[in-house]
Amino acid sequence: MKRNTLTLLAAGVIAASSWIPVAQAEDSMYMPSMTYRTGPFAGGGTPFADGYADYFNMLNERDGGINGVKIVVDECETAYNTQKGVECYESTKGNGALAYSPLSTGITLALIPKAPVDQIPVFSMGYGLSAAAAGEQFPWAFVYPASYWSQLSSILKYIDSNGGIEGKKIGFIYLDVGYGKEPIPLLDQLSESMGFSVAKFPVGVKEMQNQGSQWLNVRKERPDWMIMWGWGAMNPTAIKEAAKIRFPLDRFIGNWWAGSHSDLKAVGESGKGYLAANFSGIGQDFGAVQDILKYVVNEGKSKVGSPDDVGNVLYNRGMFNAVVLAEAIKVAQDTTGKTIIDGADMRDGLEAINLDQARLTELGLEGFTGDVQGSCSDHEGNGSIFIQQWSGSDWEKISDLIPPMTDVVRPMLEEAAESYVSDKPDWKGQACS
Amino acid sequence: MLYREAGQFKTSYAADQAMLPILQDRIGILVILLVAFVGIPVFATDFFMGSIMIPFLVFALAAVGLNILTGYAGQLSLGTGAFMGVGAYSCYKITTLFPDTNIIIAILLSGVFSAIIGVIFGLPSLRIKGLYLAITTLAAQFFLEWCFIRIGWLYNYNDSGAIEVPQRKIFDIAVTGASATPMVRYLVIVSIVAVLSLVAANVLRGRIGRSWMMIRDMDIAAELMGIRPLYAKLSAFAFSSYYCGVAGALMVFMWLGSAEVEAFDINHSFLVLFMVIIGGMGSILGCFLGAAFIWVLPIVMRGLPSLMGLDILAATTEHITNIVIGVLIIFFLIVEPHGLARLWQIGKEKLRSWPFPYASS
Repeated sequence: MKRNTLTLLAAGVIAASSWIPVAQAEDSMYMPSMTYRTGPFAGGGTPFADGYADYFNMLNERDGGINGVKIVVDECETAYNTQKGVECYESTKGNGALAYSPLSTGITLALIPKAPVDQIPVFSMGYGLSAAAAGEQFPWAFVYPASYWSQLSSILKYIDSNGGIEGKKIGFIYLDVGYGKEPIPLLDQLSESMGFSVAKFPVGVKEMQNQGSQWLNVRKERPDWMIMWGWGAMNPTAIKEAAKIRFPLDRFIGNWWAGSHSDLKAVGESGKGYLAANFSGIGQDFGAVQDILKYVVNEGKSKVGSPDDVGNVLYNRGMFNAVVLAEAIKVAQDTTGKTIIDGADMRDGLEAINLDQARLTELGLEGFTGDVQGSCSDHEGNGSIFIQQWSGSDWEKISDLIPPMTDVVRPMLEEAAESYVSDKPDWKGQACS
Repeated sequence: MLYREAGQFKTSYAADQAMLPILQDRIGILVILLVAFVGIPVFATDFFMGSIMIPFLVFALAAVGLNILTGYAGQLSLGTGAFMGVGAYSCYKITTLFPDTNIIIAILLSGVFSAIIGVIFGLPSLRIKGLYLAITTLAAQFFLEWCFIRIGWLYNYNDSGAIEVPQRKIFDIAVTGASATPMVRYLVIVSIVAVLSLVAANVLRGRIGRSWMMIRDMDIAAELMGIRPLYAKLSAFAFSSYYCGVAGALMVFMWLGSAEVEAFDINHSFLVLFMVIIGGMGSILGCFLGAAFIWVLPIVMRGLPSLMGLDILAATTEHITNIVIGVLIIFFLIVEPHGLARLWQIGKEKLRSWPFPYASS
């Protein structure tokens, strides 16, 4: 009897597997989505993945795709794990993938060398390798709308315009991995030229939720401002600790991965006043977001938990990721004249992207972000950031757009790019005139 | 009927002491090697080689390393991930300091550094045993991770803090780096793993391996019979760490292409430990079975829904996979606490008497 069931089961599996549906209609393009809806960082990964998928689905529903070609969004679960991410990449790259947004520094670093070989661009939006902003050395990697270094320079400008930075002491609390350490060279350099001092407080991955000793040191050092490069459980813990030692929260600025709704919901009222950098607009008051609600969420075609989650910080950022990719597809279609493009066309499209305010308004994203304009040599698009503040229950935008200090950051980015390729004799850059 | 050694007479001591005394086993191994070296490279897709076979072989090698220490010498270790990291970082340093070194030599050499570190952290094993030793190896794990983050020299002070694999060629064929084809990388890795497994199997059934097993089974008795615990335990640590180090170097250079510290964290150590436990402590075959179970099975399960034409969310598949693998681990540990290798052994014994079993056990 038992054997019979097993045989039946096996026969069923074989029968089912022989019937492979045509997953892709001929007039569609394939867009992989690396997500982490599981694992320790799922709280941040889920809204991002929802925003990403919903925007493409909205285009499919509202406009019938981009220039009439539907976009097939295929999710692959990485759980923020580099090994799974690489496996995702290898298993989906053959499906005609147009671009990868790995959503993890580790996966980005693993994919950057593969991109030129497989001819599929890597779009790490505001994360990954800062040096990838130098398009001459990294033809296949993009970090629109700004690299980590540009972001830090904008944050420092904000501090400077709020009471001056000269002679002040800046505390820098960071996750003690590659991601958190990346801005340190720039911080050290700017501390000399702008005349402030720096105190660094590393937080190990295992101490993310136990930062008592770091904040004891903060109390000892008495910095005037604090800047945080955190992620996941580190963020709410740090804000709670800061509130506990009565550090003025309106002088505590998180980077754009330390300022989402999921970070601050856990803190609530006691996090009132906390600041964070951001580059993607907040809330549902954008035409594109309203269209997503109308065509996707209210139709029950979204995975988002409740319609209220649409418009939160990470949802909108995931959506913006899709906006940039969709725009690049459109640019590539317009310049090549093809409706179905490949990875190489996509790369050209990403490079020629020009999201100015007029175009953003057309897309229903007026004032959503600063102008993003790519070029052969500029793969971070010279985007700007703004500062937002936690009101105790929601984020509010409190500053205008702050452009980065390109004059300082750009030479450092180029230097970093040079050193990245220096030990790779066969690395292929591109010549930009 | 097919699997029976009746009629296979040994006429010399050498034949009697052979690693595989039964003809059918020798044929079996030959078939496996033929499939691994010829069949897979000729017929398999790039994805199968690059994302299934290469990680599987890397983990199998790491599991062999841990099994030497834990399964054969009885010293519980939670530092596998860090020892793999030592191998990866030393290989990176070797190949960037001496770019002309043959990359395979660099990989094999990097295990030596790992072995040295392993011996140093193995010293406490002379005084402490069991779970207490596990805690000191845990200290090794955390200390080495700290080194990988804090000592900039190890990653050549680059801004990302990660090690990036440079391209290296042998006879003008790219072996590492992004342009190395999965087939080349697979062939390199399968050769290294085959040779090292053969070495391990022979060391384990020789004098050194037997001394490890004596230490494992009863260290006082072993000492009374003339085994020096110092040499036995430290050589087990050295051998084990060498294998883990080579596996770590292969993981970064032949598979991932770049690695941050998180690639060698404590979860990684647990993963390899689970492979050893599921596969079977004290069995080389078990290492391969355990690695296949823990690494390959989830990939197959993740691919099933789309293969069957079901439209299930990727995250849901991931949750289901985690649940099923967890349940299977518990199931196997209840049904056969000695691991998959023991199941295979039972199967072989049954096969010997098939189709006329004389005992009803």
